[in-house]
Amino acid sequence: MATAGIQTNPDEFQERIDAGIKIEPKDAMPDAYRKTLIRQISQHAHSEIVGQLPEGNWITRAPSLKRKAILLAKVQDEAGHGLYLYSAAETLGVTREQMIEDLLAGKAKYSSIFNYPTLTWADIGAIGWLVDGSAIINQIPICRCSYGPYARAMVRICKEETFHQRQGFEIMLTLSRGTAEQKAMAQDALNRWWWPSLMMHGPSDKDSKHSAQSMKWKIKLFSNDELRQKFVDQTVPQAEFLGLTIPDKELKWNPERGHYDFGQIDWDEFQNIVQGNGPCNQERLQARISAHRDGAWVREAAAAYAQKHPRGARRSA
Amino acid sequence: MDNVLFEYLLRSGDNCLILSQRLSEWCGHGPVLEEDIALTNVALDLLGQARFWLSYAGEVEDAGRDEDKLAFLRDTRDFRNVLLVEQPSGDYAHTTARQFYFDAWHYLALGELSHSSDGRIAAIAEKARKEAAYHLERSVDWIIRLGDGTEESHHRMQCAADALWMYTGELFEMDEIDRAAEERGIGPNLTALRAPWRVQVERTFAEATLQVPAGQWMQRGGKRGVHTEKLGYVLAEMQFLQRAYPGSQW
Ligand SMILES: [Fe+2]
Ligand SMILES: [Fe+2]
Repeated sequence: MATAGIQTNPDEFQERIDAGIKIEPKDAMPDAYRKTLIRQISQHAHSEIVGQLPEGNWITRAPSLKRKAILLAKVQDEAGHGLYLYSAAETLGVTREQMIEDLLAGKAKYSSIFNYPTLTWADIGAIGWLVDGSAIINQIPICRCSYGPYARAMVRICKEETFHQRQGFEIMLTLSRGTAEQKAMAQDALNRWWWPSLMMHGPSDKDSKHSAQSMKWKIKLFSNDELRQKFVDQTVPQAEFLGLTIPDKELKWNPERGHYDFGQIDWDEFQNIVQGNGPCNQERLQARISAHRDGAWVREAAAAYAQKHPRGARRSA
Repeated sequence: MDNVLFEYLLRSGDNCLILSQRLSEWCGHGPVLEEDIALTNVALDLLGQARFWLSYAGEVEDAGRDEDKLAFLRDTRDFRNVLLVEQPSGDYAHTTARQFYFDAWHYLALGELSHSSDGRIAAIAEKARKEAAYHLERSVDWIIRLGDGTEESHHRMQCAADALWMYTGELFEMDEIDRAAEERGIGPNLTALRAPWRVQVERTFAEATLQVPAGQWMQRGGKRGVHTEKLGYVLAEMQFLQRAYPGSQW
């Protein structure tokens, strides 16, 4: 099914992209386009899967049965997102097994935000509000990206992310209207998650390696800095509504630009986490490795059974 | 307060709540992505059922306790779930055995409860029974696949089936609450569920090439609040926030 061998005329390909025609799995495409997409979609899929962990950390401790149900459903959604995205990447001629192997071997990246710890219940609110919020801003344009299966997966995902953000905001709202301790918990979570959320939009445009070509191919429709600005502009009024303070002294409305100005992001911290030195990098990867290793005998059993009984299990229930 | 009805609802609610809590430990750690999602579905169904039962229990008690107060502010001795559901998730075979033993019973029990003389119980049970039918189908499927999979999976599945067997007797035990509920047409004669449950186990294990465990001695106590040591840890984790910040809204 992979069409890597077919000669692609780069000009013709670019014309199709410029004309807004979606590229589908069976179409010819430049190798670099395919590779860029595989890298991006698989990173995105891994982020969904690793992203289950910090929030999963609070499922068994959620403070009410309703919150527990919402959180369980949310973390399950993230697994579903991983599934759609692995499937979208598979249309490009790579297998899920290969992608997972790369993740577990530390060769593939996932969003660095998940290398921060969830220390209190408010972190679950902050993640929904800020992390899902950032994700939506990054992902909504991808619903219109040039590669059909990726665009379609993203439509479905964005719908669910919108719920996640609303639910996260709702947790923050309840905490910020709650006791003094709860309000402090919410503020502390905002303090810790604000800057990492800004980093989610990727390196600043002047340092972004892949941006120009990806924008030409319509895999990326806005620059990192544009997306980040959009996130800040959207989020500041929400923080004000919550009565919480964004931990940035330089943050202020700039009437000339029609945007909020904000302070310098600590890119050394970002790079350090990308290098593997975040507070939870090792733990997160280890959790995935353990799940995969401990599940090996289950997967082997299912495969062995399917081989013995090619027509599948007779349902005896 | 109608103590029989209250106790009866707590038993149903606590079974669902504690098993859901155990299953949710797997979320993000399942053996394969599809299973992670499917197990979470079961956990969500059971949590939803627990909320129905406990809300109703709170209304019957009429002492200002809602589903959350009942879930988060009772101690071990006041929990009424059977011992089976509080057993650790262990490996996937233990999780599967625990689930299968429970689902096979739950499906039957809910079938009976859907004819309860109490209309609200009948309605909750009717909805829950459809979910339990799917849970049972799924756990039967896994018992068979693991039992008749590889040598390793067969061995693990048999060990798990044997280890949890002694917690199955309690499902069919009738005490004074159950007898009073049966007399009023609220709930079934649980002893009568043993035979059809056994048929399900025998048929499934035969197809899975597993031996039905021979152990005779059955542990009991959960329904009266005498639990295994494991429940305390489940509750400590589950109740942490409500205990640490009493009286807060979440
Ligand atoms: Fe997601
Ligand atoms: Fe999400």
